[in-house]
Amino acid sequence: MTTIITPKIKISELNLSIDKQEILKNINVEIPENKITVLLGPSGCGKTTLLKTLNRLTDLYDNVKISGSVILDNEDILHTKSDITKIRQKMGLLSQRPYPLPMSIYGNISYGLKIKGVKKKKILDERVEHYLKEVNLWEEVRERLHHPASALSIGQQQRLCLARGLAVGPEIILADEPTSALDPLSSQAIEEMFLILKKNYTLVLVTHILRQAKRIADYVVFMYLGEVVEQGPAEEFFSSPKMERTKAYLKGAFN
Amino acid sequence: MIKKAEEIFFRILMIISTVAIAAALLLIIFSILYNGLPALSWEMISQIPKGGFYFGKEGGILNAIIGSLYLSVCSTLIALLIGLPVAMYMNVFMIKHRNTLNSVRFILDILWGIPSIVYGAFGFVIMIYFGLKTSLLAGIITVSLFIIPIMVRSMDEVLKTVPSGLLESSLSLGSTKTEISFKIFLRQCIPGIVTAVLLSFGRAIGDAASVLFTTGYTDSIPESLSDPAATLPLAIFFQLSSPVEEVRQRAFASAAVLTFVILLISIAARILSARYNRNKIKF
Ligand SMILES: Nc1ncnc2c1ncn2[C@@H]1O[C@H](COP(=O)(O)OP(=O)(O)OP(=O)(O)O)[C@@H](O)[C@H]1O
Ligand SMILES: [Mg+2]
Repeated sequence: MTTIITPKIKISELNLSIDKQEILKNINVEIPENKITVLLGPSGCGKTTLLKTLNRLTDLYDNVKISGSVILDNEDILHTKSDITKIRQKMGLLSQRPYPLPMSIYGNISYGLKIKGVKKKKILDERVEHYLKEVNLWEEVRERLHHPASALSIGQQQRLCLARGLAVGPEIILADEPTSALDPLSSQAIEEMFLILKKNYTLVLVTHILRQAKRIADYVVFMYLGEVVEQGPAEEFFSSPKMERTKAYLKGAFN
Repeated sequence: MIKKAEEIFFRILMIISTVAIAAALLLIIFSILYNGLPALSWEMISQIPKGGFYFGKEGGILNAIIGSLYLSVCSTLIALLIGLPVAMYMNVFMIKHRNTLNSVRFILDILWGIPSIVYGAFGFVIMIYFGLKTSLLAGIITVSLFIIPIMVRSMDEVLKTVPSGLLESSLSLGSTKTEISFKIFLRQCIPGIVTAVLLSFGRAIGDAASVLFTTGYTDSIPESLSDPAATLPLAIFFQLSSPVEEVRQRAFASAAVLTFVILLISIAARILSARYNRNKIKF
């Protein structure tokens, strides 16, 4: 059973090398809209690099060579002439550990709104409350919105970072092992949130946790040494993998 | 057994060096106060010298206090206005060009290491070239040149500690690099940046060699940028080399004033930076 799905992002023939060392080799992936796409693969296979290519954080690397295309909304973001900050605003990033901004809790959420030009305090207040509620943080912090974000626990900080990303109004959420620094309860909270968020957003999630992938993935991309070995809808991928490498990985033969 | 002996050895070494440093510091402060307090009076800090700075036992060092403050505050401000953007540029915009960045750091380290008398001589050459006389302006320019590398490198060391994840997160929010510099990195690093400014200010107000040829020395309070100006370190130097015993004692009083000014500004800056410190994220 294959349903036709509209790709939100289309990656074609993407190659990336740093200092002449090939890191991504001929990647062709279509990321479906309003689904959770999980990138799986052993450590060092290029998952983080692929994720960072999507919002051009690879611009920060020295001596990097990229070829191929990443099409988002009919625009090749690798070769576009339009403002990269606008493109990045279409994608929220959730990293392995939270990096709150050195401001208050309120300041963290309103930051993205303010750089987009929202000035009215009333609108800011309302939006801050809205996004904090969306990530289930409102009840925990409503009394101390103007306290520094650094005082929150790591799990709360991660939810704050998610809310901060949502406040910018993205269409896509990129998450790089977002639960690896969290306790089981906070991880579960993030997972449940993703399942709700996929109604309105396209999610790309890197994870090491097979069980997590099984729980929430709609589409799976399995990478090995910079190449995509196998990809497909989650059910198919987990129940009847085609490639030997995939079978070995799913059995836990290598990590 | 050997482990234990090793531990005891290093503990003793640590205690000895800590005590040595503290003792040296206390000794310096004590000798300044012991020799200077008898000569320190309201007159000393509220009047300009009478009868020349070399032989005069009357009057005070107000000329040098004012001159030093003008000189160091102005040059610290100039160095801050140039140094902060440069340090930000290095850590937000140039992050990708690691090799260039390393060369820039290396050059700044060399500039930091050049003795201030060389900057003084350089300033002197420039002055002659432009036909300037010894003046407050020439001194401010020279001292700025000499503290800019200090300012940039010490801010750079602080900005370097910001994790790349914070830069990546901020970029992902769609911030421009200028916004990241002045809205995020600046907030995260305020305490360190204040320390950098203080370090530079301390060097500016405490340096004698770079102002010797450029600012000159005078008994009066400068009224414009083109007037020469007295400075505290030079006041100490001239008073100490006087043949008159009372004048030599006044040198210690001047040193006490200089120490006190630095102390006052440090405390004020610490209080200011503590107010921003609470938002800093500990990574
Ligand atoms: N800035 C860089 N400079 C040079 N090589 C890099 C850089 N970043 C990543 N690499 C290399 O690229 C390869 C892929 O790294 P990447 O971080 O994408 O792996 P990953 O799949 O995310 O691994 P993990 O699961 O451990 O996070 C690795 O071999 C790594 O050494
Ligand atoms: Mg990774």
